[in-house]
Amino acid sequence: MVSKPHLIVGLVSLTSLAFVLRMVRRRQLRAKYSLLWVCVGVGMLFIAIAPGVLDRVAHAMGIDYPPAVYLLVAVAFLLVVVVHFSWELSRLEEKTRTLAEELALLRAGVPAPGNRAES
Amino acid sequence: MKTLVIIPALDEEESLPGVLAALRAQTPELDVVVVDDGSKDATASVARNAGVAVVSLPYNLGVGGAMRTGFRYALRLGYERAVQLDADGQHDPTDAVRLLAELDAGADLVVGSRFANNDGHYEVGRTRRAAMRVMRRAVKIVSGREFTDPSSGFRAFSRPMLELFAANYSVDYLADTVEALLTAVRSGMRVVEVPVTMRVRAGGAPSTRNVKLVYHYLRLLVVVVTSVTRRHRRPHEEGSSWSPSPT
Repeated sequence: MVSKPHLIVGLVSLTSLAFVLRMVRRRQLRAKYSLLWVCVGVGMLFIAIAPGVLDRVAHAMGIDYPPAVYLLVAVAFLLVVVVHFSWELSRLEEKTRTLAEELALLRAGVPAPGNRAES
Repeated sequence: MKTLVIIPALDEEESLPGVLAALRAQTPELDVVVVDDGSKDATASVARNAGVAVVSLPYNLGVGGAMRTGFRYALRLGYERAVQLDADGQHDPTDAVRLLAELDAGADLVVGSRFANNDGHYEVGRTRRAAMRVMRRAVKIVSGREFTDPSSGFRAFSRPMLELFAANYSVDYLADTVEALLTAVRSGMRVVEVPVTMRVRAGGAPSTRNVKLVYHYLRLLVVVVTSVTRRHRRPHEEGSSWSPSPT
């Protein structure tokens, strides 16, 4: 019953899962991202093990070619991830900018504003 | 009134001494801070030798970042108003006094315009001129007001304006000036334009080339268009921070 492509997809999923878990263990990946990628790995593994599910979803959506559903979901998901990373990057840049400004002011001997935390 | 001249400077060791000397000669009553925006040359030491305050950023943040640093500096040291002046010698210190006079007359943001009256022949490249025209049109649509020189970097700020800008100031290249203008208008600040003459740069190269310029103006256009619905952070921290808190 297990065809060659499914075996390959399953292997790829397992490998990426292992890779993500290894990165988390080494603390190279923050937990919030690890969960995301673990879910992706599990999802891929699930589709590899039970290909019938994808066929049924495709049928329910009125799509004749099941792999198209897979690609559609993949592209949509990756788009969301990339946009999220841009957002995160902008936020991080704003933080480093603020730090740089504060450092410059500190070095110039300018007192910090009050006791309240800076937003 | 305690007034600060904020000079954002990036690699301006050639022209900065002249600018600082002119300020000392013509407007000795104004304090000066040079915000060194991560210069690779001797900008910071040149300024220090001229006896003015220097704030050195650890790396280049762009004019917007340098100005935000300047605004925070001004607020934390209790300045009532500030003038932004270029380090390349384009702006005349005597004009700064005219900008400040508008603050006294009740304005919150005074913009020195190269084009407010047509007698000053300020040379601008063709691409930049076209881009500036598009920008003026966009600013007019968004703000409902005509500004002849929305990207001018010769400005004066009241205390409320400083407080707003210390919290919200665009750090994108070119966007800093135009977006700040829109922020001011939308926040109900009184914005005034004053004609000034700008000289040809005393030293250094113009900031950007054509292709990049078009890219930056397109980016700016996105900023201007989206600014219609933007909300601003309240300047709670920088504004009221000066009184020592009890705990």
